[in-house]
Amino acid sequence: MLWSVLPRSVREKTRPVAARDYWSSGLRKRIAVNAFNALLVERHVKSANGDRAAAARHTLEMLLEALGEKNSLIVFPEGTRGEGLQVGPFKSGIYYLWRERPDVQFVPVYLSNLNRILPKGEFLPVPVISRVTFGPPLRPEPNESKESFLTKAHDALCGLKDI
Amino acid sequence: MKFKSDQQMLWILGAVVAGLVVASALGYVLARRAESEERKAAIDNLNARIRAWWIMIGIFTISFVIGPAGSMLLFAFISLLALREYVSLITSTRADHRTLVWSFFVFNPLQYWFWYQGWYGLAIILIPVYAFLFIPIRLALAGDVGGFLDRAARIQWGLMVCVYCISYAPALLTLQIPGYSGQDAKLLLFLVIVVQLSDVFQYVWGKLLGKRKIAPAISPHKTWGGFVGGVATAVALGTGLWWMTPFSPLQALGMSFAIALMGFAGGLTMSAIKRDRGVKDFGHTIEGHGGILDRMDSICFSAPLFFHLTRWLFISPHPNWWP
Repeated sequence: MLWSVLPRSVREKTRPVAARDYWSSGLRKRIAVNAFNALLVERHVKSANGDRAAAARHTLEMLLEALGEKNSLIVFPEGTRGEGLQVGPFKSGIYYLWRERPDVQFVPVYLSNLNRILPKGEFLPVPVISRVTFGPPLRPEPNESKESFLTKAHDALCGLKDI
Repeated sequence: MKFKSDQQMLWILGAVVAGLVVASALGYVLARRAESEERKAAIDNLNARIRAWWIMIGIFTISFVIGPAGSMLLFAFISLLALREYVSLITSTRADHRTLVWSFFVFNPLQYWFWYQGWYGLAIILIPVYAFLFIPIRLALAGDVGGFLDRAARIQWGLMVCVYCISYAPALLTLQIPGYSGQDAKLLLFLVIVVQLSDVFQYVWGKLLGKRKIAPAISPHKTWGGFVGGVATAVALGTGLWWMTPFSPLQALGMSFAIALMGFAGGLTMSAIKRDRGVKDFGHTIEGHGGILDRMDSICFSAPLFFHLTRWLFISPHPNWWP
């Protein structure tokens, strides 16, 4: 969806980040990897020895590597598709990403009606009209705390809802 | 069913295209001369209407060339787009999803398939009987009781207007009127022309002498002056087109009157829906305005009546007391 509104040249440098547990089987995987060049990451970090921090660290390194010098990532900071009535709480991943790469711009993008086109758990979409709204990039303070960074990002996104 | 190449058809299409060329040229000149913002907006609106006319006449010409199957497909697609706009405008919950899938991908194609097959009896009851029963059943199965009746009614009304009513326009091609075989496309053209003339002249007369508003809460543009002038003009011009229809001039007058009246009612009703949604939910107003449904609203309401009146006059067996 978001991908389809980007110009071709930008599209080639943009990779959506998707959950490995959902997108890793058969056809889904082929679509995700071949068509969208998606970056699959672990969502439920439960390594055998229970070392969450190391697993999260590994995911973050994957993202940083994919970002490189000139690429963009599409991150869904809610981490899941909720009921779609309001914007859910953000996971902290984008904060850690920002701390590693403060030079990268974080552009909030609001996708309207997506939950009505294809709610979670459905397989046939309804052709409802959707809208993609891009906001101005976030401008965090140099030493923003995790909570205030995530709140700022959340507010920026919710502000796009009613434009 | 196959359309004969038809001298009358070429004449009327030629006349419409000529009229559109003049209107477009006029619109272009006006747009260049417009100075104040208010005038500019009014002329932009006028030009949008002229463009819609071009599209409609293009659609009609295509459906005339490829025949009834093409017309059915075209109108099925128009219904799909109209339903899409409608569903985008209303609210729906997650529990409505499967019901909407059925509406879009089962009831819409089935409705046109029945008409194409000429199964009149099935085509006229599919949505008002079976879909109307199916929708609440499917919603009940989805298990969410919140606003149940509202949600069912919203989807039912969407199917009714966007699919059922619009499907009556190409259904005109399935009427086998004695002595008029192969010429049904002109009936469809007659409907479209009268509806659109009525819309256009209501607008024009409204600008010229519209003062008292008919329903200020619903539409600021609908005035008594515009209504009377528009309907009268459409009836006069429609009557003048009797030669392309199976009607006598008097019948053509009655038909034009019915079409223009229902067209007005359609515009008013759909405006009420838009106004209602506009107030409650700003999120969708932009997408919901200015689409297929805005241009089809008057046809939605006039097509069923026109179809049944024509069928009554030429096909149905009449009771003994009928002269």
